[in-house]
Amino acid sequence: MTRDVAVLGAGMHPWGKWGRSFVEYGTAAAREALADAGLDWRDIGSIVGADTVRGGYPGYVAGATFAKALGWQGARVASVYAACASGAQAIAAARAQILAGLADVALVVGADAAPKGFFRPAGGERPDDPDWLRFRLLGATNPTYFGLYARRRMAVHGDTPEDFALVKVKNAAMGALNPYARYRKRVTAEEVAASAVVADPLRLLDICATSDGGAALVLSSMDFARRHGVARPVRIRAVSTVTPRFPNTVLDLPDIATDSAATAEVAGETFRASIARAAYEEAGVGPEDLSLAEVYDLSTALELQWYEDLGLCGEGEGAKLLREGATAPGGRTPVNASGGLASFGEAVPAQAIAQVCELTWQLRGAAGDRQIADARVGISANQGLFGHGSSVVAVR
Amino acid sequence: MSRRGTPAAAGWFVGDGVGFRLLGTRCSSCTTVFFPREDAHCRNPYCTGGSLEEVPLSRKGHIWSYTDSRYRPPSPYVSNPELPWEPYALIAVELAAERLVVLGQAAPGVTVADLTVGMEVEVVPGVLHEDAETTWTTWHWRPTGVRA
Repeated sequence: MTRDVAVLGAGMHPWGKWGRSFVEYGTAAAREALADAGLDWRDIGSIVGADTVRGGYPGYVAGATFAKALGWQGARVASVYAACASGAQAIAAARAQILAGLADVALVVGADAAPKGFFRPAGGERPDDPDWLRFRLLGATNPTYFGLYARRRMAVHGDTPEDFALVKVKNAAMGALNPYARYRKRVTAEEVAASAVVADPLRLLDICATSDGGAALVLSSMDFARRHGVARPVRIRAVSTVTPRFPNTVLDLPDIATDSAATAEVAGETFRASIARAAYEEAGVGPEDLSLAEVYDLSTALELQWYEDLGLCGEGEGAKLLREGATAPGGRTPVNASGGLASFGEAVPAQAIAQVCELTWQLRGAAGDRQIADARVGISANQGLFGHGSSVVAVR
Repeated sequence: MSRRGTPAAAGWFVGDGVGFRLLGTRCSSCTTVFFPREDAHCRNPYCTGGSLEEVPLSRKGHIWSYTDSRYRPPSPYVSNPELPWEPYALIAVELAAERLVVLGQAAPGVTVADLTVGMEVEVVPGVLHEDAETTWTTWHWRPTGVRA
């Protein structure tokens, strides 16, 4: 039995600060994905939404919100919250329904209208929420964690701010070619170095912005794809949604401390590395098989970390891999051919879906000026608050 | 002056001066230490669970990493928007005995320029913010041997 599901359609709403509701962005992306699939919304048996708490009803709604906007038609519905991994876990839910025979064809949608500046926790006095606590007690924003990781890489691996800036230069050059990206201008290393420090050693252009945006996918069983006349669709072969393992020894968002490693054996791999490994194992592929990767470059330094966690290079060799051009277009494994979050910004429930949209276009050979030649296997990787991590492997 | 000193996080630290300590909890069965304190159940999946007892953490550790906050953090961080923003450093500190890393603000006056990864620091009492009635207290990390 094949465990593949077909990607019949992909769509996005252009990202930026548009000042509209997340419902509009998601609906526009959904309509585009349906048109791309050549399907009518009434053909869809299941809709899965990646949740947002902003812009709409503050109760984690998504699936039904988009279903209503598209017109109630009686589809099975689900909504998924997994912080930054929400989109990938929405894909996982839709895929599981398809593989279980509960639906032939499913629509996955994620969209958000993000606030300006830093993300912040929901209001009120909530000292039982680790996300609330880190802001209340430390004022520790997401960029401060990115700063900690970046400084740690500099101390342990000898990375430099110039290495970090090269990630932005690479991703901005690709984002300039992507009509859905928010930032469509090339950036120089000098411009990164001249931007304001946000969280030492990271500067404004090292850190991704908050954005509005939407992304959607139409997924189906392989049988449905064949009946629909798509003989060779892009296929999703794996969706990893693993949790960390105790003791988690890398300080992570939103925690104030790590687990103690004094009494339990420490796993031989980090949480991020385990996310990728689970996807590789499920897909039966390895890093050497990849044509491209889309990773969460929440900061430039974090992209280098993902190189190592995906197994593109050994520990501490991320900056070297970048400098060699291996992760640039034309290199061995181009990373963030879409332009990455550096070019898109964060629209939390949409971004993991947007990664798979890019993989789809690349694997179809339909990525226009940013096409990676002969792309056959792609991986996405992301990580969300509270121990959510996801990775999707797509193949042609 | 007449303000009452109240911990910004109840039960996370205790004491004054050199007697100041972060407080965690330790599982009586597997001896795993938790910070912030875990009072419900031991989170070690290899442990069948024991009672959790309060335990002071090591006073000194070494810097795992550090950064700072050049822009005003959003609420629920409390700061006076009338005053210009003054960046503060954040330090993640590795405690050898407990083998865990604890993040905290640096003591006032300590900037990222004063810090290196691996440097020894100690935990000291600090003030998070003050309002009309209360001085909200917290913990700070400070390079050892440095006086405020």
